[in-house]
Amino acid sequence: MHQMTLAEIARGLADKKFSSEELTRTLLARIAQLDPQVNSFISVTEDLAITQAQAADARRAAGENGALLGAPLAHKDLFCTKGIRTSCASKMLDNFKAPYDATVVAKLAAAGTVTLGKTNMDEFAMGSANESSHYGAVKNPWNLEHVPGGSSGGSAAAVAARLLPAATGTDTGGSIRQPAALTNLTGLKPTYGRVSRWGMIAYASSLDQAGPMARTAEDCALLLQGMAGFDINDSTSIDEPVPDYSASLNDSLQGLRIGVPKEYFSAGLDPRIADLVMASVEELKKLGAVVNEVSLPNLQHAIPAYYVIAPAEASSNLSRFDGVRFGYRCEDPKDLTDLYKRSRGEGFGPEVQRRIMVGAYALSAGYYDAYYLQAQKIRRLIKNDFMNAFKDVDVILGPTTPNPAWKIGAKNADPISAYLEDFYTITANLAGLPGLSMPAGFADGLPVGVQLLAPYFEEGRLLNVAHQYQLVTDWHTRSPAGF
Amino acid sequence: MQWEVVIGLEIHTQLTTQSKIFSGSATTFGSEPNTQASLVDLGMPGTLPVLNKEAVQMAVKFGLAIDAEIGQHNVFARKNYFYPDLPKGYQISQMELPIVGKGHLDITLEDGTIKRIGVTRAHLEEDAGKSLHEDYSGMTGIDLNRAGTPLLEIVSEPDMRSAKEAVAYVKAMHALVRYLGICDGNMAEGSLRCDCNVSIRPKGQVEFGTRCEIKNVNSFRFIEKAINSEIQRQIDLIEDGGKVIQQTRLYDPNTNETRAMRSKEEANDYRYFPDPDLLPVIIEDSFLEQTRATLPELPPQKRERFQSQFGLSLYDASVLASSREQAEYFEQVVGIVGDAKLAANWVMVELGSLLNKTNSDMTKPPISAEQLGGMLLRIVDKTISGKIAKEILEAMLAGECVEIGIGSADEIIEQRGLKQVTDSGAIESILDDMLAANAEQVEQYRAADEAKRGKMFGFFVGQAMKASRGKANPGQVNELLKRKLEG
Repeated sequence: MHQMTLAEIARGLADKKFSSEELTRTLLARIAQLDPQVNSFISVTEDLAITQAQAADARRAAGENGALLGAPLAHKDLFCTKGIRTSCASKMLDNFKAPYDATVVAKLAAAGTVTLGKTNMDEFAMGSANESSHYGAVKNPWNLEHVPGGSSGGSAAAVAARLLPAATGTDTGGSIRQPAALTNLTGLKPTYGRVSRWGMIAYASSLDQAGPMARTAEDCALLLQGMAGFDINDSTSIDEPVPDYSASLNDSLQGLRIGVPKEYFSAGLDPRIADLVMASVEELKKLGAVVNEVSLPNLQHAIPAYYVIAPAEASSNLSRFDGVRFGYRCEDPKDLTDLYKRSRGEGFGPEVQRRIMVGAYALSAGYYDAYYLQAQKIRRLIKNDFMNAFKDVDVILGPTTPNPAWKIGAKNADPISAYLEDFYTITANLAGLPGLSMPAGFADGLPVGVQLLAPYFEEGRLLNVAHQYQLVTDWHTRSPAGF
Repeated sequence: MQWEVVIGLEIHTQLTTQSKIFSGSATTFGSEPNTQASLVDLGMPGTLPVLNKEAVQMAVKFGLAIDAEIGQHNVFARKNYFYPDLPKGYQISQMELPIVGKGHLDITLEDGTIKRIGVTRAHLEEDAGKSLHEDYSGMTGIDLNRAGTPLLEIVSEPDMRSAKEAVAYVKAMHALVRYLGICDGNMAEGSLRCDCNVSIRPKGQVEFGTRCEIKNVNSFRFIEKAINSEIQRQIDLIEDGGKVIQQTRLYDPNTNETRAMRSKEEANDYRYFPDPDLLPVIIEDSFLEQTRATLPELPPQKRERFQSQFGLSLYDASVLASSREQAEYFEQVVGIVGDAKLAANWVMVELGSLLNKTNSDMTKPPISAEQLGGMLLRIVDKTISGKIAKEILEAMLAGECVEIGIGSADEIIEQRGLKQVTDSGAIESILDDMLAANAEQVEQYRAADEAKRGKMFGFFVGQAMKASRGKANPGQVNELLKRKLEG
């Protein structure tokens, strides 16, 4: 039962082969049995899950038949869930029960999904390895000594370990696509503004975007359908109609123009991954796609720009965690300054503190022009690069990551080497474009992902290409040993 | 040394929107602590601001009223600092691209001349909450009801040269925002607060002196006193060989002194940057025109109209136009009585002193425009004299005759029997009795030369009016008396 995709579950529930409650109980048991190995959950919401599953079964018995009705999933632990701990994997919010539901959570609950729990992540979504969680590192089900990627590493590991069919994630610089690539999943970061950020605890507001993580593009289409849409509570959400993502999955790829930027094949890319990327291009050509050369001349500036903008926004976004109203408060503060300093010093982990300091520095008087404004200019240049490239191609294809999953702890001494892992993913966030990672093979038993990027609001095209690819390949169907 | 004072003001006006600037919470003053604070106002993780269009419209209205350029491309910025009543750890404000650009406001000085004060800019921002130190020993209470209330911060050019000018400017601004209906102007509740930047320089010097900012002064009287005390402090300091250091100061009304709060070196680096949660606000021409159409007649236009339509002096017209309530009251009275100069005089002088006496203002006038207008009608038709009119005003204030009607002049005149005596026969008989009782003075008058008679004549008029309990028509008294004394 645990091997089923969302689409298979939907069919099974519709055909009354099993109930949502049966499925939910099976998966809860599996989480209890196997999650200690991967540490993908921060909270398992057993009672809520059973209640929701029973309610979904009742709705179905009453004649309802939504694709997500009774479908089990989990939310990354930065989506606010009413009455349930929403920790951002931080000591700072270990005691924080959100007083409201995020829009994503509310929409999916309304569609009848069953919340099995809240998944582990890098603290405040800052990281690419899921090692900075207050609740311990998450392990990659494909090799428990390796990282699952981050920051949505808990969602990725849980789905990869077949603890559940799908989960929500968020992506600020690659936090959906990179862990999806490292755990053999399909993950989609939608266009900025496609999914509401209300109730999603912010890391970098102008880059954060929620999206689906699942094993197949078909499942991502189902889950995105339940997440996307305009929200009056989020001024940056965009009032555009949401297309039927499942309806375009089977469109033909005949004549699809694929661009492979030459800048992608620079030093730092694992040659095994380069080979798998080219192999995926060959596969798509067989389906009728044609390849055009494109260029992203400002690509090399993306990481420096990102590591100014994201920490700058984070330094401000995380100011509200001051020990005054909610979250961690230090013991016996001497005075107000002491309350601030120790609550934040003790409540935030080292990577969060590092980014807050970098960000505050970049925004401070005298440095703002040189760092923040400069980074915003680069951001515009990168966006222009993509606008130019998309004149000649329909999708841009390349590696999701330069390397497969590394060993836990391997990059701890050198944060920069971990930052470089975001090389391919960051640009989509800076430009606000949709991006998808799909399984494309293995390097020494570790999964490798291929990334597809498309113009604004062309999530449907990404899902279509990935689905057609998945119809002729079987990488995405492979399970890690022991799960 | 002759010193010149340079003053620039920052006025924070709370806008009277229905809801807060970035959340749907109500903005009512004086509710139980934290009952008007939503998830957004509490700075709950994951919450996002949504701009209130009404606040934008009010700011635009203000900009149009001071002839300012309206920023077409508006960006909200975060001003980052830690304070317990600032829930997000930043205030959403505007930095580089404020909604209102350069404009100006005219003030009327005491000598009746008009001075133009430049407005540098005005921007929208959210108010912080309140820290309550009094009620909790060793602790501080936080009330976030006020957090997120829309503010329009109006920054002036350093154009004022005395505390009196500064007060005149604040009063004019106060009147303007009330005219526009964008701020209730209640200074006691903090709806309009003022930061005063004060510096001095030797007369004739072009460069400005070092300024100090007096924070949060919240009454016209305190603004004047705070500025004057700060001017004196700076003069004393410099004349004693010292130097003014740039700092933020607080005014203590009890000691009538300002004291240092923090110096420039201790000032925060606010790390302003555009708020990524809010998109730039584009103000289209159609929105400007729509808003322009909602502008009421403003003090300068009103002043000009009062001059041309009613023939009032510049001073009278500008005093009457200075508050919306007073101007409307005046026009109502004119509508009843017709005589604008009489109406102006009574509204400004007699009603003005009643307001002082009863410690009220034109928002709650103790006597209605109908009452005053009705009474003035009786002066015009000579039913009563000006002296009796003042007595009637007192009676109206005391609520007399309210039980039998609206407390109108006619009712009071009737009730008290104050109708002016215009019957010549009746006046003559009063005069005859009076002259008989003062036979000696009559002798003296008749013996006196023309120069002395003037003063003496006044004595007889007074006696006659007294004898008639003020009801005799003064004109007739004069005329008949003259005839009788000559005779």
